[in-house]
Amino acid sequence: MSASELTTISAEELKPIHLPGAIIPAPPEESDTSIMRIEIGPAHPAMHGIVRLTTYLDGEQIVGMVPEIGYLHRGFEKESENSKWIQVIPYTDRLNYVSPVLNNIGYSMAVEKLFGVEIPRRAQFARVIMGEISRITDHLTCLAACAMEVGGFTFFLWFIKAREYLYELLEQVTGGRVTINWTRFGGNGTDFPDGFLKEVEVRLEKVREVIEEGDQLVTRNKIFIDRMKNIGVLSKDKAISYGFTGPLLRACGVPYDIRRADPHLVYDELDFEIPIGEVGDSYDRFLVRMEEMKQSISIIEQAIDKIPYGPVMTRERYLGYPDKKEVYGSIEGLIDHFKMVMEGHHPPAGEVYQPIEGGNGELGFYLVSDGSGDPVKCRVRPPCFNYVQAMPELALGHYVADIVAIFGSINMIGGELDR
Amino acid sequence: MSEESSESVESIETSEPSETSAVINLVQQEHPAAILSTHRHRSDETLVLKREFIQPICRLLRDHPDCQFEMFVDLTAVDYLLVETNLQQTERFEVVYHLRSLSKDHRIRLKCPVPENDCQIPSIHLLWHAVNWYERECYDMYGIHFEGHPNLNRILMYEQFQGHPLRKDYPMDKQQPLLELNDVEERYHYGRFE
Repeated sequence: MSASELTTISAEELKPIHLPGAIIPAPPEESDTSIMRIEIGPAHPAMHGIVRLTTYLDGEQIVGMVPEIGYLHRGFEKESENSKWIQVIPYTDRLNYVSPVLNNIGYSMAVEKLFGVEIPRRAQFARVIMGEISRITDHLTCLAACAMEVGGFTFFLWFIKAREYLYELLEQVTGGRVTINWTRFGGNGTDFPDGFLKEVEVRLEKVREVIEEGDQLVTRNKIFIDRMKNIGVLSKDKAISYGFTGPLLRACGVPYDIRRADPHLVYDELDFEIPIGEVGDSYDRFLVRMEEMKQSISIIEQAIDKIPYGPVMTRERYLGYPDKKEVYGSIEGLIDHFKMVMEGHHPPAGEVYQPIEGGNGELGFYLVSDGSGDPVKCRVRPPCFNYVQAMPELALGHYVADIVAIFGSINMIGGELDR
Repeated sequence: MSEESSESVESIETSEPSETSAVINLVQQEHPAAILSTHRHRSDETLVLKREFIQPICRLLRDHPDCQFEMFVDLTAVDYLLVETNLQQTERFEVVYHLRSLSKDHRIRLKCPVPENDCQIPSIHLLWHAVNWYERECYDMYGIHFEGHPNLNRILMYEQFQGHPLRKDYPMDKQQPLLELNDVEERYHYGRFE
């Protein structure tokens, strides 16, 4: 491509945004010793997962920062392209490992969209219930770690205790606490065990108490507010331009929630509110997440009231695995099962992008199929990629001690960031 | 099974009736030479563009009052080497952009074919903040050069990594040479500048 062929337009014509990008101060003069460079991470207790922030300091004030990521890169996409479609589901558990159900659901929904099928209603409600439980565990983990890093250790222990209540619920359905591998294409791997929904209600009540306690302990605590308020502020327009989604964008005052904006599953039948912040600082992010957990509890309770009886796996041939009773009881079932296991799924050729509201923001799956049974492309759009990119902008002008308050509140998850 | 398999190779064009949306009509009016094709599959709207026009079209989509795609969602590429399909791609690579409008509440996908022997495309990092790292990632994984990018370095892989891992001709089990420790120490000197 030579320069004359290109239809490039000049920078002024493009109306560029103000672009801080990676803010690297000019190399200081030999005599200038006022700028100091320190490396925070990769192995630092306040870095969730492994990420390195090369920070430039003037005194104790941050004048520049360059985040470096990729320490946890495991080649998710390469592995997926060399697997069968169904074999990718366990990999998705390892993306955002504090809300694995949502990753499972997102990927399965993308493949179902590729097939163009709807799953049974009971399976949809089950996904909502499990997904919201997972969202609560995500927020509990984030808030607990965030409060611990600014000194609230009791809060951390209480919230991790509440998270444990919910992990045990996930364990009852899927057999695993974190790496659960629960959904399948066309439905869910298992239905709820007997008495599960009652158990959910009991445990949610306990979790609600813990959240209430934590709320009283921390939300109006002077020390906590001093550490969080007006720290890491980002304006609305910039947050949108940076591709912020989820609780971070809502903290900036934009009521954008994919559960409402691109309704999936049965969220349009359930009643919930979208909390938004005012300033877009760390404290607003904390409050938004606190309120979202309460909304999630209410969503689960409504879903429990409305969940119908029925199958949890579609009857579509060559999409859902046949029931075990059929496999062992009839020759057709056995043949279907054999063909599914040996040949895998064959989604029709095409490409889809399926976004869902992950624990942390918009979790998108972009899949390309050529109809042969092997994925051509299996791309994850991780929400926290954008957040870490914006770290220099969030931290600029603050002090070193504020880095943990900002970094805790953006909830970076290494597995999802580096894939 | 024969019925299912014949169904599964239906082409994208026939899978859903094509109804062109306002956004696609607008782009067709403004830049008629830029569009290679459009399609709508599973309610995802797609515009296939000539790569030369990516900057003006993205500007149009961001700023025009009927479009207002103020959020840049995703950027990636697809390598179609060895893929035999009716997806009707013309070149080896395709750079894929996803945009979202909050005020108008719609999404769009842009695709630009990029040939293997001339692996570059104009950068659009001046339009959205989020683009910068996504273009770096795409360069890292596929070796596609984004012309005009201010800092086109590897992001997930390390600097000395050889090759681009998501290309289809990069073997799964390829091993990389060990790094010399000296290089690392020289690069990262800690503490106060002297």
